Amino acid sequence: MFAAASLSDAFTELAQAFEAAHEGTSVELSFAGSSSLREQILAGAPADVFASANVANMDEVIEAGEVGSATVFATNRLQIAVPAGNPAAVDGLADFADPDLLIGLCAEEVPCGVLGRQALDAAGVTPSPDTAEPDVRALLTKVEAGELDAGLVYVTDVLAAGGGVQGIDLPAEIDVSTSYTIGTVTGSGDADLAAAFVELVRSDEGQAVLERAGFERA
Amino acid sequence: MRRRRTRNRAPWVLLPLAAVGVAFIVLPLVALLQRTPWGDLGRLLGDPVVTDALRLSLVSALVATVLSLLVGVPLAWVLARTDFPGRAVVRALVTLPMVLPPVVGGAALLFAFGRRGLLGEPIYDGTGFLLPFSLWGVIAANTFVAMPFLVITVEAGLRSADERYEDAAATLGASRWTIFRRITVPNAMPAVLAGAVLCWARALGEFGATVTFAGNLQGRTQTMPLAVFLALESDRDAAIALSLVLIAVSLAVLIPLRDRWLR
Repeated sequence: MFAAASLSDAFTELAQAFEAAHEGTSVELSFAGSSSLREQILAGAPADVFASANVANMDEVIEAGEVGSATVFATNRLQIAVPAGNPAAVDGLADFADPDLLIGLCAEEVPCGVLGRQALDAAGVTPSPDTAEPDVRALLTKVEAGELDAGLVYVTDVLAAGGGVQGIDLPAEIDVSTSYTIGTVTGSGDADLAAAFVELVRSDEGQAVLERAGFERA
Repeated sequence: MRRRRTRNRAPWVLLPLAAVGVAFIVLPLVALLQRTPWGDLGRLLGDPVVTDALRLSLVSALVATVLSLLVGVPLAWVLARTDFPGRAVVRALVTLPMVLPPVVGGAALLFAFGRRGLLGEPIYDGTGFLLPFSLWGVIAANTFVAMPFLVITVEAGLRSADERYEDAAATLGASRWTIFRRITVPNAMPAVLAGAVLCWARALGEFGATVTFAGNLQGRTQTMPLAVFLALESDRDAAIALSLVLIAVSLAVLIPLRDRWLR
């Protein structure tokens, strides 16, 4: 089971439910950035299921014939993350243009960075970032430590961080979200079990777990 | 000519093992070369992302090496030549950054020198000066990770040096500072240079502590390893080409120096 890092909590819970329902099976989970997982699958890593945080990485492995087909099973939105107590009194995307604030984004090369720039574009804001972090967790850590005044991360990350950060919703008219896709790997050692896991993720039970983690129904 | 005379005929059993050692290091490099998009190399080398990253890498690794020399040589001398309670602990602590995962080192630097850090907070409140997200932050991360390589090398050099020259100078009335300057340092010079080269090489390849402490911004904090890592996310060919630039620069410095000083 190769899954995007942002799915860690939800998929760990789902794997336990799956093991309980299928006696004698154990689900091995490997979480990493979607691009790293893509590279591993393209290099022939022994995966059964691939869950990607965006469509582009999934498309690449489908093109290479490593995954037959994929479906969207959840979406994730962005939120402004600020340190607990919001010391810099950030209240919207406009603050991302303030050169006096310490602002973090994800790098343009990773999905949360692409999405973040789409949101800022839509709001007509030219950001003055102090860092473009290589992954969303790294960005969140710096916000949580109070070293950044604000960062654009996923809703699910803010939820997972607990009390260390506060989330500020983007205005409703800024409609950017990323689609999570899942598919079974063609070289899977047990295609039936792999398909059963995908079914679980898409079932009401699976969707409820994902919603609790902050994802939205696809 | 001296080196030629001391060259021995190797016991035959060493040769195949040495060959395995070389192959293990060289094979991945060959694989990298084989994947290199030679045609795109020119275009990639002119890319401002690459020129910025290369400039920042060279500047930060050089400054980190100078800073390491400035405090690392005295530290090595204290560890090699003096005896004080807790010296074993200090020696272990000094080498800690070598075993610490660099990302952990970067986080520790953030907790110490960040805006909310132990020392960083009073400095920021008093002066507004901030290490993270600046070139000085990159240099600090490089120095933290690379300095132990210099200290260990210089300390070993000082330990193996003949102290009788210093004793003789002392009996002739030379002051401690004169002895250090005129005898200890010149005697230890090969070790100092070897340590500086190792330190520079480690700093040039630094990734984890840098990105965790100083962040990543093109033209300000994005060094070559960071640029390579991010290119890998989107454009494999560019990542390979960038790695090649880093390797070429390293070899250009290491080949002449390694042969002279790291004997």
